[in-house]
Amino acid sequence: MSATTSPTPVSSIPGRAKDRATSEALGRSRARADAIVRVLCTGATVLGLFFLASILLTLLIRGAGGISLSVFTEVTRPPGSHGGLLNPIIGSLIQVFLATIVGTPIGMLVGTYLAEYAGESRFGQLVRFVSDVLLSAPSILIGLFVYQILVLPFGGFSGWAGIVALAIIVIPVVVRTTEDMLRLIPNTLREAVIGLGAPKWKMIVLVCWRAAVSGIITGILLAVARVAGETAPLLFTSLGNLNWSLNLSQPMSSLPITIYSYAGSPYEDWITLAWTGALIITLGVLGLNVLARSVLRARK
Amino acid sequence: MAQVAVPETLEVAPARPTTRKGSGTGDTIFAFLCRASAALVLVLLGAIIVELFLGGLPAFRAFGAAFISSTDWDPVQEIYGAGVPIYGTILTAILALLLAVPVAFGIAFFLTELAPEWMRGPVGTAIELLAAVPSIIFGMWGFFVIVPVMASTIQPAIIDTVGELPLIGSLFQGPPFGTGLFTAALILAIMVLPFIAATMRDVFLQVPGVYKESAYGLGSTRWEVMRKVVLPYTRVSVVGGIMLGLGRALGETMAVTFVIGNANRITPSLFGPGNTIASIVALEFGESGAGSLKLSALLALGFLLFVISFAVLALSRWLLRSRLKG
Repeated sequence: MSATTSPTPVSSIPGRAKDRATSEALGRSRARADAIVRVLCTGATVLGLFFLASILLTLLIRGAGGISLSVFTEVTRPPGSHGGLLNPIIGSLIQVFLATIVGTPIGMLVGTYLAEYAGESRFGQLVRFVSDVLLSAPSILIGLFVYQILVLPFGGFSGWAGIVALAIIVIPVVVRTTEDMLRLIPNTLREAVIGLGAPKWKMIVLVCWRAAVSGIITGILLAVARVAGETAPLLFTSLGNLNWSLNLSQPMSSLPITIYSYAGSPYEDWITLAWTGALIITLGVLGLNVLARSVLRARK
Repeated sequence: MAQVAVPETLEVAPARPTTRKGSGTGDTIFAFLCRASAALVLVLLGAIIVELFLGGLPAFRAFGAAFISSTDWDPVQEIYGAGVPIYGTILTAILALLLAVPVAFGIAFFLTELAPEWMRGPVGTAIELLAAVPSIIFGMWGFFVIVPVMASTIQPAIIDTVGELPLIGSLFQGPPFGTGLFTAALILAIMVLPFIAATMRDVFLQVPGVYKESAYGLGSTRWEVMRKVVLPYTRVSVVGGIMLGLGRALGETMAVTFVIGNANRITPSLFGPGNTIASIVALEFGESGAGSLKLSALLALGFLLFVISFAVLALSRWLLRSRLKG
C-alpha cells in the first residue's frame, strides 16, 4: 500500500529502463552508421581529388622538363634528332578552329529550333533526344562514319575529313547549351519585342541570342575543349602526318594523334615529347573549361 | 534596338502590309534554317547507323549470325568473330561501374549534404574537371603510372589473397602483367566517375528542402535522410545517371587501348589481357586495307557497339527525362 503512495522513479521501472537502454544503444548504432558513412563519403571525395591531382602532377613532372622553345618552333623529326611539335600544334589548331566554325552555327540553329520553335512537338522531342544521344555517343564511331563517307570515296585521309568528324562532335555540345540558355530568357522579353512589331527572327537574333550570348560562348568553349583532346575520330580521318603540311586535302598532323603514336614508341625522346604534348593539351583543355565557367558566372 | 523598333512601329500603321510581307519572308527563311538544321541532326544519326551497317555487311554476310558469338579472330585465315571484343567491352564496363558507383555516390553525398558551403563549389569543379581530361591522357597516365603499380604491388597482393579463395579465386590468378581487363576497368571507372557523381549531385539537389527538413526535425541523421528520403525520391534519375556512365564506359577508346593488353582470346582471369570493341577497332584499323574483309569486320564491330551504346544511352535519357517531367 505504502509503495503506491511514493511514486517510483521512472528509471527504476524495469521495462522502461530496458527501453531506454535499447533506445540509447539504437541511437548509438544510428550515430555510428552515420559517422561511418560520413567518413567513407569524405574518403570517396578525397580519392576523386587524388586522381585529378595525380594526373596533373604526373603531367607536370614528366612533361614540364621537355618544354622549350624548340617544341613550338621545330617540326616532328625522327627519334634522336631533337624535333618539336610545331606541325601537330598547328594541325590541331587548324582542325579544331575550322570544326568549330562549321559546327557552331548548325548547333546554334538546332538549339534555337528546340527552344523557340519546337515546343512540345514530337519532332522537337525526337531531335532533342537524338542530339542528347549524339552528345554521349562513342567518338570512335563518328570517326568510322566519316571514314566511310569521306575517306573511302575520296581516296584518302585528309584534314577535311578530320574537320568534319570534329564538327559532328561540336554540334550536340552547342545544341545543348544554346537551348538551355535560350530557355532561361523570360518570355516577357520576347513579348515586349514582338509587341514592338519586330518579326520573330529579329527577336531571336537581335534579342534572345544577345541575351544568351555568354551561355552560347560557354557552349562553344566547352565544345572546343572537347574536340581539342579527341583522338579516336582522327585515327580514321586526318590520320596524322610526320611532315610539315598545311594542305587540308592531305593527311594532317594533330597533337592527340602525335601523342598517341609517340607514347607507344620505344624511343625515350619521343616519349618525352608525348608527355610535353600531353601537358600542353591538358592545360589548354582545363583552361578552356575554367574560362567557360567564369564566362557563365560573370553573367549570373 | 529600341531605335530600330520605334520608327518602324510609328510608320507601320498605314504601311503595315508591306512590312509584314518583308518580315514574313525573313521569318520563313530563319524558321526553315532552324528546322533544316534540326533535321540534319536526325539525318546524321540515321546516316551513322546506315553507313556502319553497310560497311559491316560483307562481314555479316560472310559469317552470319555466328559473327556475334564466335570467338575466333584470325586475320591470316580471314576468320573474324565479335565474341572476344563484346565480352571485353561488357565485362570492363560493368566492372568499371561496380568500382565507380559507390565512389561517385560518396562524392555526390559529400557535395550535397556533408561538405561545408564554401567547399562545395571548388570541390565540385575539380571533380568536373576530371571529366574534361582527354581520354588519351588517361591512357598515358594509366600506362605509365597505374600499370607499374598494378604489376608490382596491387595485382601480386590480390593474387596472393583473393586468388587463393575457392570460387572467385580463379578470377584473380595468373601472372601480374599490370595491363589487362582489370586495369582497363579501373581506368574506365576513374573516367566515368565524374559523370556519375555530377548527375547524382544534380538530382540530389532537386529534392525539395521541406522533405529533408521534416526528416531532420524527427531526429534523423544525415545518412538516414539520404537513405530514406533522398534516395527513394531520386531513385529513377540515379539509375539514369549510372546508365549514362555505362554508355560512356562502353565506347571509351584511347584510355582502354593503352592498358587492356590487346589479346583476342577470352582468359578466365580478370588480370589477363583482352580487348574491347573500341580498342580492337583503334588498334587493328591501321592494318586493314580498304575493301578488305577485316575492315568490314571492324565496321561490323562498330555497328554492334553503336547498337549497344544507343540502347544504353536511350534508356539513360529516358530515365533522366522522367525526372524533369515528374
